[in-house]
Amino acid sequence: MTTTPAHSDPARSDPESSGGASTERLTFWEEATRWTLSVDHKKLGLMYIAAGLVFFLIGGVEAAFMRLQLMKADAGIIDPETFNQLFTMHGTTMVFLVGMPILLGFGNYLIPLMVGARDMAFPRLNAFGFWLFIFGGILLYFSYIGSQGLYGAPSAPDVGWFAYAPLTSRTFSRGNSTDYWILGILVSGFGSMTTAINFIATILCMRCPGMKLMRMPMIAWMMLVVAGLVLVAIPVLTAAQAMLLLDRSLGAHFFDPETQGSAVLWQHLFWFFGHPEVYILILPAFGFVSEILPVFSRKAIFGYSLMVAATVGIGFIALGVWAHHMFVIGMGPVLDSFFAAATFLISVPTGIKIFNWIGTMWGGRLRFATPMLFVTGFIAMFVIGGLTGIMLATVPMDWQLSDSYFVVGHFHYVLFGGTVFGIFGAIFYWFPKATGRMLDDKLGKWTFWLLFIGFTLTFMPMHVSGVLGMPRRVYTYEADRGFELWNMISTIGVPVQMAGILVFLWNVVRSLRKGEIAGNDPWDAWTLEWATTSPPPEWNFDRVPTVTSARPLWDLKNPEDPDAHYE
Amino acid sequence: MRTMSNEASVVMSATTTMPSRAKVGMASLIFMESAFFAAFLVTYLYYIGKSPDGPQPLDCLELGPVLFNSACLIASSVTVVFAVKSLARGAVGAFRLWMVVTILLGLEFLVGTGIEWRGLIEGKGLTLQSNAFGTTYYALVGFHAFHVAIGLLMLFGMLLLSLCGCINPKRDHMRVDIATWYWHFVDVVWIFVFTLVYIIGKVPQGGSL
Amino acid sequence: MRVKPKLQLLGLVLAAIAFAATNTDSFAALQSAPLEVCDSSIPPTEGAGVTGIFSPNSATTREIRDLSYLVFAICAAIFVVVQGFLVVAIVRGVKAARAAKRDPAGSSREPVQIYGSVPIEVAWTVIPVIIVFVLGMVTIRTIRNIDLTNPPDGALEVTVIGHQWWWEYRYEADARDGITRTIITANELHVPIGRPVWLRLESADVIHSFWVPRLAGKMDLIPGHSNAMWFTAETPGLYLGQCAEYCGTQHAHMLLRVYAEDSAQFDAWRAAQSKPAVEDATVAKGRAVFTQYACMNCHTIAGTSDGMFGPNLTHLASRDTIGSGFIDLTRANLRQWIADPDTMKAGCNMPSLKLADDELDAVTDYLMTLK
Ligand code: HEA
Ligand code: HEA
Ligand code: HEC
Ligand code: CUA
Ligand SMILES: [Cu+2]
Repeated sequence: MTTTPAHSDPARSDPESSGGASTERLTFWEEATRWTLSVDHKKLGLMYIAAGLVFFLIGGVEAAFMRLQLMKADAGIIDPETFNQLFTMHGTTMVFLVGMPILLGFGNYLIPLMVGARDMAFPRLNAFGFWLFIFGGILLYFSYIGSQGLYGAPSAPDVGWFAYAPLTSRTFSRGNSTDYWILGILVSGFGSMTTAINFIATILCMRCPGMKLMRMPMIAWMMLVVAGLVLVAIPVLTAAQAMLLLDRSLGAHFFDPETQGSAVLWQHLFWFFGHPEVYILILPAFGFVSEILPVFSRKAIFGYSLMVAATVGIGFIALGVWAHHMFVIGMGPVLDSFFAAATFLISVPTGIKIFNWIGTMWGGRLRFATPMLFVTGFIAMFVIGGLTGIMLATVPMDWQLSDSYFVVGHFHYVLFGGTVFGIFGAIFYWFPKATGRMLDDKLGKWTFWLLFIGFTLTFMPMHVSGVLGMPRRVYTYEADRGFELWNMISTIGVPVQMAGILVFLWNVVRSLRKGEIAGNDPWDAWTLEWATTSPPPEWNFDRVPTVTSARPLWDLKNPEDPDAHYE
Repeated sequence: MRTMSNEASVVMSATTTMPSRAKVGMASLIFMESAFFAAFLVTYLYYIGKSPDGPQPLDCLELGPVLFNSACLIASSVTVVFAVKSLARGAVGAFRLWMVVTILLGLEFLVGTGIEWRGLIEGKGLTLQSNAFGTTYYALVGFHAFHVAIGLLMLFGMLLLSLCGCINPKRDHMRVDIATWYWHFVDVVWIFVFTLVYIIGKVPQGGSL
Repeated sequence: MRVKPKLQLLGLVLAAIAFAATNTDSFAALQSAPLEVCDSSIPPTEGAGVTGIFSPNSATTREIRDLSYLVFAICAAIFVVVQGFLVVAIVRGVKAARAAKRDPAGSSREPVQIYGSVPIEVAWTVIPVIIVFVLGMVTIRTIRNIDLTNPPDGALEVTVIGHQWWWEYRYEADARDGITRTIITANELHVPIGRPVWLRLESADVIHSFWVPRLAGKMDLIPGHSNAMWFTAETPGLYLGQCAEYCGTQHAHMLLRVYAEDSAQFDAWRAAQSKPAVEDATVAKGRAVFTQYACMNCHTIAGTSDGMFGPNLTHLASRDTIGSGFIDLTRANLRQWIADPDTMKAGCNMPSLKLADDELDAVTDYLMTLK
């Protein structure tokens, strides 16, 4: 009683004008209204991704300004307050307004298509979540306009993306900028939670006939685990933000040390969210790799069940390692040891993924189209980021390296080399499905190499400056410490990255208008989304498919040797 | 589109084995809310006995009234079950009656909490700003009360729908049932809150766990 | 399209090699770069400018460095093995693709499908488990060896209080060493070599972090939560560091300077610091300016004022720097600082009191006498 009728609602799925395949031309306003009012998971997914990319440009420009200032010692281009606002906005933007929405956007776009459903379980809730996210983003950036409080306080939050108490108290953070920071995250957090509920309900309840759990595409598993992490982690952040808001606006004492409040409690609550959050940011990208790699290797994913187990394992372990961000607060040897051990443990399931991917490539016939380039780059770069993570988890090393540029190097390797590379791979891979046109492969390769080189130039030297003793979040540094060379190289990498991104933007604009027509299945792939048209109709599938294995299209294309035989 | 209807029937038959999305959605929501309350409960626990000055739990919290309020809330969880059972039988009148009783019991809890708070604020001088106890007490109990209010709105909405004849027992009793899960959840959370605040938390000044 | 795979392959291989190279290079650089700086530009006993974690000067940091080498080595080995397999998989995969393309008739449409292999998967689960076990053991062993939480015997006790954006140091009275009153100073920490220093870490406002990489790993100063740690400096010299937890506008200029001295020098320094402020009649006007304006509300000069909001100035002139370690203490700098601190350290918590030129000169001269 709860499934299909909503999807076959003829009022909403007008076959003539929707689904992109139509010939009728709409005016701009008709088109805009259509998108704004849409509850279609594909439109929402694309809007998430587009909005996330816009925020990515904003966050990237903020980073570029920081790098400009850090190019040499005492550059004097940006004053300290502005610099502090820049890294706060950059970090907050990249985590909450770029990583989350783009990944959840892909989840939105892909999950129903890949599990053979006609929409998400709760389409209206889905649209609500999207608009909450947009509203949260606007609230955060509104602080530039609206937060000039008493005392001429700074006009954007400058408390860092994890906003340690008591720097966030009224005493040390005047004006309203921190309140906008809280509200922005709070609101977009509600958006993420509704989306997570939708993912879970869709994956558990809406699969097409034959799509057993162990036949789902890897990405569906990843999204399921991500949704689970969101359900546990984001409410804790919401609670912490609510407490902070009470502190700031009603004079409560959760985090105010002057009245027995505890600055350490904030750290526990924040990182209980914060660590799962970084896995929320990487697991969907793992999913992209697990979908793209097999297709361009022409082989089934190696060790499907172990991959699933590893994903679920990561989900559980991720909940028990948060205090590795707090090795320098003096937790004592017992807790330090416990959290170090738990953190090391996570490299086992993560390693399984890396090895299974290499196992998938092994003996395959590789084709290096742009998506494959990005996911191969992902594997190579993520391993580096993961290994620097291991070094940070080694507690005594962390006593030296915590809050240094080594940490900045670590997390950009996993977040840029991992998440962002994964996102670019996914965009190049699924763009033909969403638009019906291919992105240009030659330009794509330019994007990859420019990003790859720029990324390495920017983030590799950070490990060195960190080891040389450069702390993070400084607007300038002393000239005699040996940091200058490494910072200069870091800064030089930024224009290279920018060039790569400009090439990408040009590619998108050009391909939308005159890209090569894609056809339904340009990559000769095996999952269900390639069984429908490009772009898919609003109802996704003319016939709801019935599947017999994890690679339904393989079975169709290779009737002599179907996967179904091996299950 | 033309093939849609028969395709849909295929899906219907094949998906009967999958859980209902309403159930899964509600379960996820409840799971999420539990994480939210867990954060507040842990925070409360963390601050027990850490308020050297200002009003203390031992002086402020009286068991009498709150026991009565709690009894009402727990009773409302029982009456709401009766309501759902009636609806399943098709007894719409009984359903409405039990819903009214449930809502009244829930309201009593809210009003009772209000009276208790007034006593605390005016009688004992305990406010959100007094000390760590005041802060965590009002935040935890307040957020719970807020959820009770949301639950009440849901119940009230269902009562209204039934009064205007929009609830069809056959078609909707599952939905109503699922909606009442939320009410049960609010109830269960209260049992945790009550135990923590009124039993475990009543330690002498300076004491901690 | 035909030549492309070759090019990409080459690129990837080159990139992988470049990475391996930069990785080993950076190891080398990490070890030698600090020493080079040390050798060329700085007098041997000083070592200023060096804050690298691979130039330890205490038992604890040496222990951390040794652990770091081990963990670096393990990670480098994993890196080489994993990227090696990746490169081989790429080379073979591209070859296979090309072979299949050249001979479409002979080969089947798709390569052999392999869905997994239990022994292999068990192997690459178990091996990391073993590595993780080793990592865990060495980490825990080092944590216990360093034993930060227990003060060693005979330690010199110093309380460090972090302020938005400067450091306060208090040497408690020490009857054994003949020091009868608490010494309060700022921004420059003096310690004896060869004797453990037990630091009590506190904060007056927000969270800061004490980090002098060559002497000790970092430890946070958290308001309402006392922390402690210790180190023993080995050779005399100046050890630099800086606040390592973001603490607001001037976090970047909250530098640390630790002067490690042999015990005779240290005792002399401490004896001098425990004296009251120099009283020099020739600068009486400056002293008057100081007490007349709000200076005295924020700064202590023993015998003259007892403000506690800013750094203690009793022996200001015995220090090398002002503004928490980044401005050389010269007359001109000091004058400029008093005239308008914001021009030197934007956003700092000392206001400009808009003194007239002659008052500025007077108070600067006065402060310069406070040896
Ligand atoms: C995508 C996001 C992402 C991911 C996936 C990770 C993954 C990991 N992170 Fe990272 N981390 C961040 C994002 C991420 N991190 C961010 C944003 C911060 C800073 C926050 C801030 O302060 O602002 C941070 C900070 C951070 C710290 C705190 C540093 C500090 O501030 O002092 C630590 C410490 O333990 C850490 C460890 C790890 C570990 C062990 C992993 C592991 O999951 C890595 C596992 C992967 C591998 C190990 C490689 C592959 C495995 C093999 C090839 C198998 C063989 C290997 C072994 C047996 C070792 N991270
Ligand atoms: C997904 C996450 C993500 C991503 C992708 C990035 C991308 C980048 N980040 Fe950062 N970063 C974080 C997450 C991320 N970051 C976080 C969480 C922090 C911690 C914050 C904190 O401490 O609180 C941080 C902190 C951080 C710092 C440390 C600041 C400090 O501690 O003082 C630095 C310094 O160099 C930096 C640099 C960069 C750079 C150069 C990029 C580049 O890769 C960006 C490349 C993108 C561009 C250059 C944009 C391209 C723009 C154009 C092409 C212009 C077109 C314009 C229009 C059309 C209008 N980031
Ligand atoms: C409102 C409080 C306040 C007043 C008034 C004030 N100061 Fe300061 N002063 C500070 C603070 C805070 C610092 C530390 C600034 C920093 O390094 O970030 C400081 C630093 C200094 C320093 C550098 C000390 C060091 O070791 O780095 C000197 C010298 C100094 N003040 C002199 C004066 C004089 C002279 C006056 C009066 C004309 C004065 N101050 C008035 C608060 C004050
Ligand atoms: Cu003090 Cu940063
Ligand atoms: Cu983490």
